Amino acid sequence: MAWKFEAETPVYLQIERKICADILSGKYPADTQLPSVRQFAVEASVNPNTIQKALGELEDTGIVYSKGTVGRFVTGDENILEQERRKAKKRVIEEFLKSSVSLGITKQEIIDYLNEGDI
Amino acid sequence: MYTLECKQLYKSYDKRRNVIENLNLQIPEGKIVGLLGPNGCGKSTLIKMVAGLLQPTSGEILICGNPVSEITNSYISYLPERTYFDSEMKVNQLIDLFDEFYSDYDRAKTLHMLRDLGIDINMRLKTLSKGTKEKVQLVMVMSRNANLYMLDEPIGGVDPAARDYILNTIVANYNPKSTVLITTHLISDVEKLLDEFFFIGYGGAILRSGNADDVRENEGKSLDQLFREEFRCSVNY
Repeated sequence: MAWKFEAETPVYLQIERKICADILSGKYPADTQLPSVRQFAVEASVNPNTIQKALGELEDTGIVYSKGTVGRFVTGDENILEQERRKAKKRVIEEFLKSSVSLGITKQEIIDYLNEGDI
Repeated sequence: MYTLECKQLYKSYDKRRNVIENLNLQIPEGKIVGLLGPNGCGKSTLIKMVAGLLQPTSGEILICGNPVSEITNSYISYLPERTYFDSEMKVNQLIDLFDEFYSDYDRAKTLHMLRDLGIDINMRLKTLSKGTKEKVQLVMVMSRNANLYMLDEPIGGVDPAARDYILNTIVANYNPKSTVLITTHLISDVEKLLDEFFFIGYGGAILRSGNADDVRENEGKSLDQLFREEFRCSVNY
C-alpha cells in the first residue's frame, strides 16, 4: 500500500517526517540499517530522488548516518533521538494549537478537556 | 549533457497553424519528468517527433546529444498512446519479438512482472481486456534498459489498483542514468512521482516548468491545483 500524502506539502518533507516518526516509534531501532532508497521508493510509491532528498535532510539532523556504500543507519546517540523526539512532539502540539485557534478554542477549554474529558 | 533537448522546435500538420511553435526544453538524466497539458496541446506530437515518427517542420531535437536517428531510437523506449502490436500475437510471441529486436531487452524482467500481474503469456493479445493489454505494453516497454523512457498516457485506461502497480513499476525500474518522460492529464495520480514538470499550453508553449516539490514548498499548492489555475487563466474563450 502506497503512503498517503497531503497534496500541498512537499513530498520530501512528508517522507522525512514519516521516517523520523518511524524511527522514534521504534519501527527502525537505534543502530540498525534503514531500507534502501529503492525499497523506500517502491513502498511509498514515490520518486527515488525524493527519498534521497528526505534521507539527506535526516542525515543533516544527525538522526540518520551513512556508512559508505553499505547504506544508512539509525543513530545510536540518545541525545539526538531525544532532541528529535522533542521536535516532533512540539510540531504536533503546534499544529493542534494552530487549528484550535482557527476554531476559537481557548486555552482554558483545552485544559478543561484534559481534566474533565469534556468542555 | 541532456537526455533530451529541443531547440526552436516547430511543427505544423498544415500550413495554417503550428501545433508546436518555438518549443525549447532541456531534460537532464536521472529525472522523472511530467509533460502536462490539456488535450490537443501537442504533447503526443512532441513525443512522436522525439521517437522519430514525425518530422519537425523546423528546429532541432537532440537525444543524449545526438540528432534523431536509428541510433537514438535504440536509446528510447516508447509507450505510444495506442497499442501497435499485432492483436493476433500471443504474449510470449511478443516477448520473443522484443528479445530479438532490442539488445537492451530484459526477458526475465518481463516474465517476473507478468507473473506479478497474473497475466498468462499464452494468451492472444486480442483476447485481453483493454486494461490488461495496456499493462502488457507497459511491462514490455519498462523491461528495456533505455536512456529515455517516453510514456504517453500510461495510466489512461486502467483501474486504480493497476494504476498503482504501473506507477510502482516505473519507480522500481528507475535508474539514475535514465530519464522517464510521462505525458498525462491525470496529474494528481502521478505528481508524487515527478521531479520536474512542464506545463504545455496550446501551440506547444511551455507555460511553466520547475521542480514539483518547489511548487508545494513555495506556493503551498499541488501540481494538480496549479494546473487547474494555469489553464483556467490562459484559455481565452
